[in-house]
Amino acid sequence: MDIFLLEAVVDGLLLGGVLALLALGLNLIFGVIDVVWICYVELVMCGMYTVYWLYAYFGVPFLLACAAAIVVVAVLGLLVHRLIIEPVLSFAPINQLLATGGLLFFLQSFATLLFSTDFRNVGIHLAPIELGEIDVSKARLLAFAIALLGAGGLYLFLKRTYLGTAIRAIAEDREIMGLMGVSPRRIYFITSGIGGGLAGLAACLLVLQYDVHPFIGNSFGPITFMICVLGGLGNMIGGFAAAFIMSQIIAVGGYYFSIEFSYVLAFLLFIVMMFVRPQGIFGR
Amino acid sequence: MSKSALAGGVAGLIALAIVPFVAADYILHIAIQILIWGLIYTAWSLMGRFGLTSFGHGAFLGIGAYVPALLWNYYGVTPWLGIPLGMALAMLVAMLIGYPSFRLRVVGHYFALVTMALSQVVLLSLVAAREVTGGSLGMTINVVHSWLALQFTQKSVFYGIALVVWLAGLVVWWRVDLGIGRVALEAISEDEIAAASSGINVMREKLRVTLISAALTAIGGSLLTQYIQYVNPDVVSGVPVSLQIVFAAIAGGMGTLLGPTVGAFFTIVLNESLRILFGTHFIGAANTIYGILLILFIIFMPQGIVGLIEGISARAAHGVDEEEEAAAAQAMPER
Repeated sequence: MDIFLLEAVVDGLLLGGVLALLALGLNLIFGVIDVVWICYVELVMCGMYTVYWLYAYFGVPFLLACAAAIVVVAVLGLLVHRLIIEPVLSFAPINQLLATGGLLFFLQSFATLLFSTDFRNVGIHLAPIELGEIDVSKARLLAFAIALLGAGGLYLFLKRTYLGTAIRAIAEDREIMGLMGVSPRRIYFITSGIGGGLAGLAACLLVLQYDVHPFIGNSFGPITFMICVLGGLGNMIGGFAAAFIMSQIIAVGGYYFSIEFSYVLAFLLFIVMMFVRPQGIFGR
Repeated sequence: MSKSALAGGVAGLIALAIVPFVAADYILHIAIQILIWGLIYTAWSLMGRFGLTSFGHGAFLGIGAYVPALLWNYYGVTPWLGIPLGMALAMLVAMLIGYPSFRLRVVGHYFALVTMALSQVVLLSLVAAREVTGGSLGMTINVVHSWLALQFTQKSVFYGIALVVWLAGLVVWWRVDLGIGRVALEAISEDEIAAASSGINVMREKLRVTLISAALTAIGGSLLTQYIQYVNPDVVSGVPVSLQIVFAAIAGGMGTLLGPTVGAFFTIVLNESLRILFGTHFIGAANTIYGILLILFIIFMPQGIVGLIEGISARAAHGVDEEEEAAAAQAMPER
């Protein structure tokens, strides 16, 4: 096997971890609240700026900055739900999509206003690990491992805890759960917080690999939605698998053609898959 | 059409025709942009008002912008031929995406996401073909001021062209609104299966507005390029511009003839005034306020500015009761 192709495959695997983590929170929110936060990656951007300012500007230790970012984005998630989603919860799904789309514009331009369009780097450069003949990015490996841990943690939380069971039950049947004494409102609120926290976690990992700028959501947003839909919206395991399929197409396609073209392939695959299996590859 | 509306329309047209003779270049520049974007938003609303929420109009806009520009720059083909070719390609793409979507009943936010993927495909293809298109840096079109090249030193000439094309777009919208197709499409957006079982050819009705909408959007893209004489993939394709189209149409009110144009007027004038107010020191200030307004629009007045004004004037005229007003507020079709 060509060594560069192998490197592309490994790279794709690691990119898959990041994309899977991004898709995880979005999928949770969709599965439970039945709302697509089109501004999800913009929340990740807020987390990245939090880490950047705390760590690179105010000199707060990196891990502490990360913890702060997770809390900040979790709170943002709560605010998004309270201020934007709750008023439109009874509207047509497309209006909910548009309301969060308005937030996307707001967050992108507000970030431009505050921080200008400069690309900012936290300045942490982890040396790549040499694995045989190929170089593996340590930042990506870390992101991959933490994405797996995050997904595992969320799975355990949903399966093993009382709250997790309530969240899953709400996703199954909204009407009945109200009668069983579970307040959907409270569950939605908690879910939004967790979804936001996951976006914050993703931010901590992305900031090690990419410069932060107000429009970073444009490069990761669309592919994240496609992954969620491809895996079956709300289906977390499906989303996880879809992330790795997409990332392989992007990485290996990038090896054979160009990176933009490999994204074109990924989006075309998405369109075709929507026609062949509209419920997603792993949908019920 | 009532007599007063007709009189209002004629007066409006006369006023629009006078603009180039009295307005400064800057005002004319704004007016041209309002007309072109008004056309694009009107084209979008042809689909949007029937629940076909496309997040992919950036694709049609991009095709319309690039096809004539590339043909002109590389082969010297006049835009008079390039623009129809761009429209044809946009319609072909609309067909390729629309036919399977409508056949397989991809609706609601799934349709929005499929079209969003399409707009990304066009954006990234334009960037990927950077040897030809100049990639993210964009491309200036070869300047030859002549009718053949559809380039003019005088803004007023271009204003005239934009005005005529915008009017043509309104006529198309009006024809669709008058036709039996509108009733069919409204029925489809309420309940697709019920509409199909009452003898409506769901497929044909949906495809018809989709193709018309794509073609009109492509013309809008061509005009933008011809006017600015520069084209950039991020300005005419991709998700942000697609969302911008959706929002402006909704802000103006997509269920009425002039709603989308009012949306264009509102967003462009707002943007310009905020830009003048804040200067270049506060890049993003305009869009920050714009974003907040969009959220408020979706939450509090989904029927748009024109819808709101019509609602108020109708209430003043007929004393509409609360119930009907609530029905108007829910004017956005389900799914």
